Amino acid sequence: MSPRLRRRVFLAAAAVAGALLLWGLTGLPDYGVYVGPYGDVLNQVAVAERKATNVVASVTFDYRGVDTMGEEYILFAAVLGVAILLRAQRDEHEEPPDEDAADRRAPGTSNAVRVVGLALVGPVVLYGLYLVAHGHLTPGGGFQGGVVLATAALLVYLSGEYVTLRRVSPELVTDLAESTGAAGYVAIGLLGVAAGATFLTNVLPLGQPGALLSAGTIPLINMAIGLEVAGGFMLLISEFLEQTLVIRRPGEVT
Amino acid sequence: MMGFLPYLVAAWLLLVGLYGVVTSRNLVHAITCLSVAQSSTYILLLSVGFERGGTAPIFLDVPVGTKAVDPVVGALTLTDVVVGATVSALLLALAVQAYKHHGTLDPERLKPERD
Amino acid sequence: MIVLEVTVFLLVAAAGTAVVVTRDPLNQAIVASFYGLVLGIMFFVYQAPDVALSQITVGAVALPLMILLALAKVRALEGSRRRDDR
Repeated sequence: MSPRLRRRVFLAAAAVAGALLLWGLTGLPDYGVYVGPYGDVLNQVAVAERKATNVVASVTFDYRGVDTMGEEYILFAAVLGVAILLRAQRDEHEEPPDEDAADRRAPGTSNAVRVVGLALVGPVVLYGLYLVAHGHLTPGGGFQGGVVLATAALLVYLSGEYVTLRRVSPELVTDLAESTGAAGYVAIGLLGVAAGATFLTNVLPLGQPGALLSAGTIPLINMAIGLEVAGGFMLLISEFLEQTLVIRRPGEVT
Repeated sequence: MMGFLPYLVAAWLLLVGLYGVVTSRNLVHAITCLSVAQSSTYILLLSVGFERGGTAPIFLDVPVGTKAVDPVVGALTLTDVVVGATVSALLLALAVQAYKHHGTLDPERLKPERD
Repeated sequence: MIVLEVTVFLLVAAAGTAVVVTRDPLNQAIVASFYGLVLGIMFFVYQAPDVALSQITVGAVALPLMILLALAKVRALEGSRRRDDR
C-alpha cells in the first residue's frame, strides 16, 4: 500500500472514529462537575482510616496496592528488555573509533557548566530523598522521587565527569538497587500474610496523621518503589550512554 | 461549550498522534507520536475527576471535609506517566536494534523480504 | 480562572500538533520536552500536584534524553557502517 493511499485510508477512518468518539464523549458529565461517589467517600475517610494526609498516595499504595505492583513490574520488565537488547550488542565487539578524527578532541565542558552541575548534585539528591520520604504527607512519593534521584546521576554526566559516574554507580549497584526495590514490594505484601491478614494489608502501626512515621506500610512501600525507579532509570541511561562513548584515558593510543 | 473543551482536546490529540504514527518515515519519530497519543488518556482521566472550586486532595494543612478533586484518577495517572516513558525506552532500544540489522530507520524499507 | 484553563487547553492542543508535525527526530525531541512542560502546567491547573511532578520530571527530562541517546547511537552505527563500506 503506497504512503499516499495509506494516508487517505487513515483520514477516512479517522473521520469515522472521531465522530464516534465525540458522540461517546458527549455522554460524560460536563467538565468541572463531579458526580461519582468514590472521590468524595475517599476524601472523607482516607485520613481517618489510614492516617496518611496524601490521599492520592494512600489510594496508590494501599487501597489499590495490587495495581501499583503490576505497574511496577511493567517498569521492571521494560528495563530488563532494554538491558537484554543493548548489552548483548555490547559484548559482540568493541568498535575502534573513527580514524579520521583521531587527532581531534571534543571541547571539554566549560567551567561554568561544570561548577553549576556539580554544585547542584547534592541538593537534587536531597530533594529526591525528601520526596520519597514524605510521600504519604505531601505531594510526592516513590515514583517522583526515584526519577529525581536518577536525574542527579545525569547531572554528573552532563558536567563532563563520565568516569566519575561509572565509579559512583557501577552496574552491579544499580542492578542490585532495582531488584531489591522490586522484591521489597512483594516482601511487604507478604508481611500482611504473615500477620494473618490478606496480601498487602496495612499491618504496621498507623500512628498520627501528619507525623513522619505514620500510615503503616505506606512509607516502606514508597522507599521500595523509589529504590526501584531510581535504579531502573539509572540503568536505562547508562545502557544507552554505554553505547555511544569510547572512554579514552590519558596516555592511551587506541 | 466550555464543559466539553478538554474532551475535544483529548480526542484531537489521540487522532493527531495516530496520524503521526501512520504517516511516519522514521521509527524514532513514530515512537514520539505514540507518546503524544498516550498523553491524551491522561487528559481524559483527569477531566473526569475534576471538580470546580476543589483543591488538591492533600489534607495536611486544610481540614478534612474541604471540597477536593478526585484522588483515584490522580493515582491512576501518576503511575501511568512513569511507566509509559519506560515502555517508550524499550521501543527506542528495539528501533536501535532494527537499524543495526537493516541499516535503515524507515518503516517503508523495513518490510519483510519476499522472494 | 476560566481564561487560564481555556488558554492552557489550547496551548496543549497546539503543542501536541507541533510534536507530530516536526519530522526530524532531533528537533522533535526538543519540541517533546516543551510539550511535557506544558502538560505539567495543565496538570497543575487541574489541582493534581502529584501527577504534575511526575510529568515534569519524566516528560520534560527523561523521555527527550532517551530519544537523543537513541539518535546518537544510530549516528555512531551509521559512522561505523560507512567506514566498513569504504
